[in-house]
Amino acid sequence: MSARRLRRRVTNVVMLGLTGVATVLSVSILFFLLGFLIYKGGSSLNFAFFTELPKPVGEAGGGMANAIAGSAKLLLLAALTGLPVGFLAGLYLSEFASKPMASAVRYAADLLNGVPSIVIGIFVYTLVVLRMGHFSALAGGLALGVMMIPIMTRSTEEFLRAVPGSLRDASLALGASRVTTIARVVVPAASRGILTAAMLGLARVAGETAPLLFTALGNRFWSPGVAQPTASLPVMIFTYATGPYDEWHRQAWAAGLVLLAFVLVANAGARLLLGRRVRLPG
Amino acid sequence: MAPRFKKRRGVLVSDRSAGVVAFAFGACVLALTGLLAYQLWANSAASRTKFGWAFLLTGSWDPVAGDFGAAPFIYGTLVTSAIALLVAVPLGIGVSIFLAELAPPALSDGAGLLLELLAAVPSVVYGLVGVSVLVPLMRTWIEPGLRMLAPGVPLFRGPDLGVGFLTAGLVLAVMVIPFIVSMGREVLLAVPREQREAALALGSTRWESVWRVVVPYARPGLYGAIFLALGRALGETMAVTMVIGNRPEIAASLFAPGYSMAAVIANEFTEATGDLYLSALVEIGLVLFVLTMIINAAARLLIVATSRKASAA
Repeated sequence: MSARRLRRRVTNVVMLGLTGVATVLSVSILFFLLGFLIYKGGSSLNFAFFTELPKPVGEAGGGMANAIAGSAKLLLLAALTGLPVGFLAGLYLSEFASKPMASAVRYAADLLNGVPSIVIGIFVYTLVVLRMGHFSALAGGLALGVMMIPIMTRSTEEFLRAVPGSLRDASLALGASRVTTIARVVVPAASRGILTAAMLGLARVAGETAPLLFTALGNRFWSPGVAQPTASLPVMIFTYATGPYDEWHRQAWAAGLVLLAFVLVANAGARLLLGRRVRLPG
Repeated sequence: MAPRFKKRRGVLVSDRSAGVVAFAFGACVLALTGLLAYQLWANSAASRTKFGWAFLLTGSWDPVAGDFGAAPFIYGTLVTSAIALLVAVPLGIGVSIFLAELAPPALSDGAGLLLELLAAVPSVVYGLVGVSVLVPLMRTWIEPGLRMLAPGVPLFRGPDLGVGFLTAGLVLAVMVIPFIVSMGREVLLAVPREQREAALALGSTRWESVWRVVVPYARPGLYGAIFLALGRALGETMAVTMVIGNRPEIAASLFAPGYSMAAVIANEFTEATGDLYLSALVEIGLVLFVLTMIINAAARLLIVATSRKASAA
């Protein structure tokens, strides 16, 4: 074998081997994160974490019940605002839009999707918090809702477009109107994909911290209704992890584990139950 | 693409009103994005009129004296993003090649799913692990180690604090790898089979067919994936805030603590007293918005260019 041929073969094996190493390395990061959080957070996780309020600084124990409830409330508000607007905008793009309008809306959605979440926080702050005069769960929920809109718009459009034109033609040929066709044939055919995208979108905003910092703010107590500032798991993790107390760090690990478990289960569940091939827009 | 339904005479009232409602929501997305840009512009007016373009170039950040310049934050954002790309691009492209060219479909899909999950990990969790694992590791091993390998290099000067540009860049690298792979794998898979077969038939090795034929063919799409990752890295907030050190100074050393645009907004927005301070922070948000807008637009153009090329072949 000539030296040149040998060199080409060695390069082949080495470089292809390196791509395998890169893959193992990248995938193992996920297992490392998960394992480390279970190791650090598992020991701090107890029943009180889910049922009690945070204790005053310096006292051991306590939990994050208010933050868990707060996160649930924020997610509900995000779903109520982001899902319908995003879904209908996606429906418009797929079924009704004229070409120039469609590309304008599509471009706007992609732009909104790429906006850093902290900038969404500023936007909702100027729009809601400044006007109300105080921080509130409503502002936080709206911030998360704004983040969901482009995700839902683009995924809904994609799944509706994937419905074969022959289904539409068949329905119209049977005498159904456009509205009936869309509501009874097109949307049901795409419902699995749209539902998966909705769950993935909610899982994504569930972990968002930056847009909540100056909209929902935080709260050491229960927050009734939507007009008060509210605690949320991600903001609690940030506050506790960067704080100076060991007890806070322990709580942060427990909260990190709960948040990660929720996000991963929601993600894996949505993909496995509904559709593996769903990918949210970048 | 044209609407799915051809226009007909005598449209039903229900159909027409459904069209109007859907249009309203489509327009809503457009209006929301416009409003976002307007709010950033309007609420940064005080800072823009007072400092002008100098805001981007001056380095003083003195809330007490009312003197603001964003240069240290822009510098921090650019440096950390550059480090992130230097680490994440070779790894991410490598993983994309493995998943698209070598791995059997089941393995490729499985690993792809795991990487999608990695992309779903909240950034505050990356920050949490970064603070307690990577920061001590950097302080005791990696920073002294790098200085020993390359003594006297200005990039590696200063005390080993653990927090700083390098640490933030590494955390960002881990965070953007899944984005590169997700897009990269797709554009590599879109390269026509004949391209590979032709290269192999000419006697090239597997690696040569990948590196000299498939990758160049998919190059615009790969650049698109990298730009998308860059867009993410520029705007990433929480993980960076937790490990960058939060000191508004421009330092040549990668070990030095710094600050990023997103991090200063996250830390100081609720504490900002006075209109000028708040407006300066909003202007940093505006800069971030414009920057990510340009990067994302470039990414999308490149990706569209690749898919056109692939479908034309």
